[in-house]
Amino acid sequence: MLVNRKLILAHFWLAFAVFGIALTLGAWQMFIRSPIGTWLSNPELYYRSLTAHGTVMGYVFPTLVAMGFGYAISESALEQRLVGVRWAWTGFWLIVIGSIMAVIPVALGRASVLYTFYPPLIGNVFYYLGVVLVVVGSWIWVALMSVNLSVWRKAHPGAPVPLAMYANVAGSYLWAWTAVGAALELLLQIIPVAAGLKATIDAGLARVFFSWTLHAIVYFWLMPTYIAYYTIVPRAIGGRVYSDSMARISFILFLVVAMPIGMHHTFADPMVGAGFKFIHSAFTALVALPTLLTVFTICASVEIAARLRGGRGLFGWIRALPWDNPMMLALAFSFVMLGFGGAGGLINMSYQLDASIHNTQWITGHFHLIFGGAIVIMYFAIAYDLWPHLTGRELIDLRLIRTQLWLWFVGMIVTTFPWHWVGILGMPRRMAYFDFGDPAIAPQALSVTFSAIGGFILLTSGILFLVILARGMRAPGADAGPYRFALAVHQPATVPLALNTHALWVALMIALTLTNYGYPILTLAMTEGTSVPAVYVGAQ
Amino acid sequence: MSTEETHGNGSASAEVAARVERRWATIAVIIIVMMALLAAFAGIHRATMPQPRVEITDPSRIHLSGEFVESNLGSVLEANGNVTVRAIGQQYSFTPACIVVPVDTPITLRATSADVVHGILIQGTNINTMLVPGYISEQLMRFARTGDYLMPCQEFCSFGHEGMWGKVKVIDKTEFAGRAKGGGRLSCVGQ
Repeated sequence: MLVNRKLILAHFWLAFAVFGIALTLGAWQMFIRSPIGTWLSNPELYYRSLTAHGTVMGYVFPTLVAMGFGYAISESALEQRLVGVRWAWTGFWLIVIGSIMAVIPVALGRASVLYTFYPPLIGNVFYYLGVVLVVVGSWIWVALMSVNLSVWRKAHPGAPVPLAMYANVAGSYLWAWTAVGAALELLLQIIPVAAGLKATIDAGLARVFFSWTLHAIVYFWLMPTYIAYYTIVPRAIGGRVYSDSMARISFILFLVVAMPIGMHHTFADPMVGAGFKFIHSAFTALVALPTLLTVFTICASVEIAARLRGGRGLFGWIRALPWDNPMMLALAFSFVMLGFGGAGGLINMSYQLDASIHNTQWITGHFHLIFGGAIVIMYFAIAYDLWPHLTGRELIDLRLIRTQLWLWFVGMIVTTFPWHWVGILGMPRRMAYFDFGDPAIAPQALSVTFSAIGGFILLTSGILFLVILARGMRAPGADAGPYRFALAVHQPATVPLALNTHALWVALMIALTLTNYGYPILTLAMTEGTSVPAVYVGAQ
Repeated sequence: MSTEETHGNGSASAEVAARVERRWATIAVIIIVMMALLAAFAGIHRATMPQPRVEITDPSRIHLSGEFVESNLGSVLEANGNVTVRAIGQQYSFTPACIVVPVDTPITLRATSADVVHGILIQGTNINTMLVPGYISEQLMRFARTGDYLMPCQEFCSFGHEGMWGKVKVIDKTEFAGRAKGGGRLSCVGQ
């Protein structure tokens, strides 16, 4: 039951439009710093572009996808009209206004501080206020998801919450809480300085606050992808979810352990002691657990589909899968990229190995492979799956869709594998220019060239994606029927209270954050003499 | 398979499913515990470690007094034969821009930033640390080979970041000892 299609389409279209712009900037960045680009006489343009690319891809694009998808889940999984439609539109417009407010100073070169802010660098205050508005807009969505679920619960006392909605609400709570770190950094530290009320800032404390957001935000990006793994893929390929309760356990594990681990981003930092670094490292290892469980459950669900289609043998069933189905293709690509990206992630989070690749191009390669690859390819798949239900028109050209997915996969591998490699060679991140004439840097030239070519493959794929969706808006009308989610092999008649509600897990999430972040934040906040003069960017 | 069939042989197949699932979950937990134990073991046995302690300093005064005044920057041979290197990062260079150290010697790098966040990365090694203004970074290092290493700033520090490259020159032990005889602070300058 998708009633508010316009609302959902507005979120998806805005998400994919800004994605297209940021993708173009990204491809240009890959090109301009590669040996095939010529020296950009003004490096500031590169960092301007990088700030816009990161801000859109990190804050605006995935948030809008999660919101649009969340509204679609709420209406179709609960079979209930969205409660609070006017609030939902308010949230949407806050994001539009916030994005415009942020992008103007960035485009003018007044806020080239990158999406990670990096105080004591301080940009124009409207950039930060714009980001705050985007987050506030998304918090309205969080509240709406919670309200809609509780309205449904009242009408269905004791009934199992549909898996898609259970996961969706878990994702929204994770986002609400993880955004608090950056919000504290912005509201307590950066904005007062950017507004000229203060002239000094504790850069170390700001980095700790940001790490609170920086890691769990990745799991917020990941949520729609995991929801698609569990609740769309099995239905789309004609299978069943292997285990409903294991799916719920995976989502609550994300909720609980995605948060108190962010300090693995600060292993090389001087403002956090060894003890908390090690604790966060160990907790980060824990977050591999829900992913390992998911890999098992999804592979088993896919195997069910293959065997239902007549697949035989230990591995022979793989051939029986519907490989011409875009959802199957997207899932396979996503899993391959998740596998490589996850293995890289285990290196990043390990207490010692991190030193070999910290802040090198390896890291950029890593999160592009995970986010741009494993996660975003499922965003594409979600859009393809939902589109006929949102537009009332069929997506006819499956071949074009498959080509788009193939290009994205190949492009992502060609981009990120050499990227990882030059990182191992010690190439630093976020540089507008490399002197490939230097004999010590020359060996990296070929890899960087490959990466740049990969960037253009990705750009081609991104344009194709937008073309497919746009054509889908004008295709002949066809009734796609009600939007449905995958059923479990053993569809639960009842679910234990702990796996049907979120309160316990939200409490654990907050408690673990306080134990893992409380002490470091308090000691830093109470240490005198750590505030340093702000360095204003582009203001003079 | 229709829904009725699923429910028909439900209990037996559900048990098998749950057993397989539990087995996999156990393997996953074992993998994770092993990783944490390995990290702890390597840490105790002094593999490369993240910086353990927090030390603070005032970046607006480092050029006036304390260990990061200009005359104290560079490499110094300590009485026990170890070497201490003191350096600062500022937009957009390191001081000293070229660090000289002996091969096969325990070295302590102490560094900080005079303005914004920077980073020190020595290519071809796992020496890698952040410079956050207000805090002192300390890292232990030891070079197995002589030669020149590039030392880029690895953190965005504004528009000139791409030009912030330093160097490390690793030289023979006796050569270093000869130069250090005067007791001064060494860098590549004047060689």
